[in-house]
Formats: sequence, structure tokens, C-alpha cells
Amino acid sequence: MIEFKLPSLGADMDDGTLIEWKVSPGQEVHKGDVVAIVDTSKAAVDLESWVEGQVHELITQPGEKIAVGTVMAWLLAPGESAPLQTVQPGVQPPAGQAMSAAAPRASPAARQRAAALGIELAHVRGSGPNGVVTLQDVEAVAAAASRVPVDHAAGMRRAIAAAMARSKREIPHYYLAETVPMQPALQWLAARNAARPVTGRLLPAVLLIKAVALALRKVPELNGHFADGSFRPAAGVHVGVAISLRGGGLVAPALHAVDELPLDTLMAALADLVARCRAGSLRSSELSEAGITLTNLGDTGVESVFGVIYPPQVALVGFGRIAERPCVVDGTVRAWPTVVASLAADHRVSDGHRGAVFLGELRALLQQPDLLDTPAPPPIPVGGSA
Amino acid sequence: MNTIEIRAGLFDALQRVAPEVEPAALASDKALRSQVDLDSMDWLNFIVGLHERFGVDIPEADYARLVSVDTIVAYLSARLA
Repeated sequence: MIEFKLPSLGADMDDGTLIEWKVSPGQEVHKGDVVAIVDTSKAAVDLESWVEGQVHELITQPGEKIAVGTVMAWLLAPGESAPLQTVQPGVQPPAGQAMSAAAPRASPAARQRAAALGIELAHVRGSGPNGVVTLQDVEAVAAAASRVPVDHAAGMRRAIAAAMARSKREIPHYYLAETVPMQPALQWLAARNAARPVTGRLLPAVLLIKAVALALRKVPELNGHFADGSFRPAAGVHVGVAISLRGGGLVAPALHAVDELPLDTLMAALADLVARCRAGSLRSSELSEAGITLTNLGDTGVESVFGVIYPPQVALVGFGRIAERPCVVDGTVRAWPTVVASLAADHRVSDGHRGAVFLGELRALLQQPDLLDTPAPPPIPVGGSA
Repeated sequence: MNTIEIRAGLFDALQRVAPEVEPAALASDKALRSQVDLDSMDWLNFIVGLHERFGVDIPEADYARLVSVDTIVAYLSARLA
């Protein structure tokens, strides 16, 4: 039997409120399937399953607030058979069976009310004789669901405050900055965008994100989590992107495997992430898997940003405004677009020298934008001449 | 298409990216991005919205002309003529 526990969806999350289940007993669940919607006080999040199995019993009720780590449901592992049940009167239906086969017995009034409110009877625990679902049971679920906090702004502020305070308390930050010339990159971008309709164009931010991901391959000690006294490097390059919300507030969901994405794919993924962020439909994997976060305040017009690392990550990369500034190129002063890239890093895990290597690599990559549009480093020529 | 229809289409595209905006409260001769909080992604989505609504592809080189409501309406009028 697999215990499906509420995972932590960010350093600032201690508990969550179940809004609704998206699966029923008897249903097959695959990795990545959305099993529930959970409110984290910051936002409602689609909770994905990280296990394969069949739902055996849903324990947490809609509207219930539970701590991270609480067992929300039981799943049968693939190949496992259900233990003998003496409480539930129903039988395990085959997967794919219609909802009505999995629904416990319910009074006609309960059935009617549930249908009117759009509540799945299978998700309601019955308090009547033999586990029958009564009208009161359905109304209790409805009332609980409506008590779910909708004011995310206050919850968001508290969550950010807790995470940032913890970061500054626990993480010894060091800060580095580098002014990166952007003329080659922007020139390359303009030529590429000119050949594409507006729906296929790239934002400069995409070049910055890709360059960060590639530079992390050279300095992997900036990508991962520090917990229980030790650093665990991340398995892939999943970059959190700080996105500000229109009503106020900040979330930093992750883009996955950024170092492997062609620029067009990365642009589409970023646009999709921003849209879902603002619509409030993020997935749990996006909130827990970033190994580093990037904050781009260039649009706001500041020169540079020295940020606060989002625990348990160990680094934060910042970018200010891309603007024309005096820049020495081949011995003369030119008016070139430049951007100030900054690194905040955890001194328990990396030293200034390694941070400087990272920023140097980032700068070098942005001078050769062709290198950014390949998913992998260019192949080494085999024999013969180039 | 007359300028009233173009303005209406412009505000519709704008409200898609910034739902809290009140078009009536905007100064039509002042820079739009100084009145509405739009980052580069929002701005691109707004231009995509104009492209889809009016069927006009807007080259990057023309972005500099899309500053205020008035200049955007003028640009679109010229392109649609």
C-alpha cells in the first residue's frame, strides 16, 4: 500500500488545504497525473502524483487543512491486491468503470444535493448506517469547501516573509556582479525575430535564461538544494523564474531541463508558465523542483538586483535593465546595450571564485548567441578539418 | 475599419493582458507602459493580440511607434487602410 502524503510545495509552505480530489477510489494513477487541487495559502496548485498505482481510499476531505507530510490517500501499488474490507460496502471496480459503480450508497436527498453542487459522492465519507452518505454529509463537504481561503494576497505575503526571513537567517549570502555586453546577442535576436511573425519571436529574457542553464553545467554547485547540513546537486537543470503577479505577490515556478530546450521551445514554455501563473493554475512539480532561481527585473528599469536566495536552493541569479551604456570594445568607448548580471550564492556550498567562474561563463555564452540555440554543446569535429 | 472600432479592439487586447485596466481612465496621448504595469512578456502578448484581432503582422522594427493609445491607433489605421 502506498501512502500518498502532502508534499512540500515550497520553503514557505507548512500546510495546505484540500480543495477537491480529481481522482476516485478504483482509478488508475500515473506519474504526473493531477490527483487533487490543494490551496497553499499562496495559490491553488494542481497536485501531481509521483507514484503509479490505483486509488484505494481517499482520506483527506475537501476543505480540510493538513500539515505537509500528512497521508492524504492510500494507493495500491501496481500488482498489489486490495486488503479485505469490512467497512466500505462497495467493491473495487475495474479501472475505467463509470463513476456510479464506485459511488457508495447515498440517500436520495444526498444524491440530489451532490448532483446540484457538483460534488462527487465517491469523495464524501458517509456517516449514516453502513457508511451511507447522508444529506448532512454532502452539505458539510460543501460548507468546508467554501471556507477555503480565497484571499491569497495575505497568504502570499506571509509565505514570502517566512521564506525570505528564513533565508537570511540560515544562508550566508555572498554577492557578485558582472556587466555583460549584449550587442552580439541582441543583434542576433533582431535578425532572427525579423524573419518570424510576431507569434514566433523570442524575448531577450529567453536568451538570459538559456545562458544561465548552460553556465550551470560548468558550475553545478550552484544548482541544487542544501538540507540537513549537506548539499544535494540537482539531477537536471530546472530553473525557477520569479514571476510577479498582477494583484501583488511573487511566485517562482520552475522551467524543466532548460539546458536541453531549443530557444523556441523555451519561449513557448515560459509564455505558458507566465500565463498559468497569473491564472493560478500551477502544478506541484513546478513549485518544488527548481534548483536555482532567476529574477529578471529589467522591465522595471533597475540597474541590478541583488536578491535573497529561495531556500533550500543555494543561488539566485539576477538581471537588471538591458540598456545602452558606455562599453569599451576593442579599445574604444561605444554605446552598447549591456546588462548587469548578479549572483547571490550560499557560502556554505560555493566560494566566490566558483561564483565568478559561473558569471564569466554566462558572459561568454551571451557573446556567442549561436551557442544558445543548441540543446547540447556543439560536437567536437571527428578527424579531418573543420 | 474606423478608429472607434480600432480603439475598441485595442482596449480589448489590452484587457486580455491587464484585466484590471479601465480604458476610460487612460490618457490616450501618454505612453501606455507608463500608465499600465506591463512587462516585456505582457507587451509581446498585447502585440500578438493586436496581430490576431486586426490581422496585421507588426515587425519588431515598428514596436518603437507603438507608444500611446493615439499612436497605436494611428499606426493600425495606416496599416489597415
